Amino acid sequence: MLDAIAAVLILVGVALAVAAGLGLQRFPDVFARMHAATKPATLGLVLVLAGAALRVEQAGDVVKLLLVLILQFITAPVGAHMVGRAAYRAGTELSPTTSIDELARDRQSGWAGEGATDED
Amino acid sequence: MRIVTSVAFLGIAVAGLLCLVRLVRGPSLADRIVALDALLVVIVSGIAIDAARTGEGTYLDVLVVAALLGFVGTVNVARFIERRGA
Repeated sequence: MLDAIAAVLILVGVALAVAAGLGLQRFPDVFARMHAATKPATLGLVLVLAGAALRVEQAGDVVKLLLVLILQFITAPVGAHMVGRAAYRAGTELSPTTSIDELARDRQSGWAGEGATDED
Repeated sequence: MRIVTSVAFLGIAVAGLLCLVRLVRGPSLADRIVALDALLVVIVSGIAIDAARTGEGTYLDVLVVAALLGFVGTVNVARFIERRGA
């Protein structure tokens, strides 16, 4: 029974990873691709790690899997945020199908507080 | 379980290949780092599936290191992009 649950969890997690790969190919710009690529980074990994946790034999291994999960949940949003911010501020082109860009005015008039926040 | 993990490995291989294609094609540095990030998640998933296949936790230490190093790399490249531009 546990094996069946583990199998389903792993397969769904892998399906998310494949969907992310397809999204990386099909989506038109960096931001849309990030939308696709960050899904398996949290949900997909939770599913696969949960499936593995049901299968490993020692309790210490479950702790390791949990540690990976916690690290990933802390770091994935931070990393994605930094990449998105850097890509936008570096002037990456948006897809022509973008319907609204609320930061466009700020980008054209120069960033408010430029230099104050730039050097961390 | 062997059949399930074999199918899962196949999916992981497909996902990794798609990420690699995006990594090579670019076009911008941000695209590449997004693809590299996704590739790292795929690798971590693959190692976890291997642990599920064998029931052994030998390679799980690698997972912890990979998850941490991936974050450091992503943040550094993001800062580099911001300073240098696209």
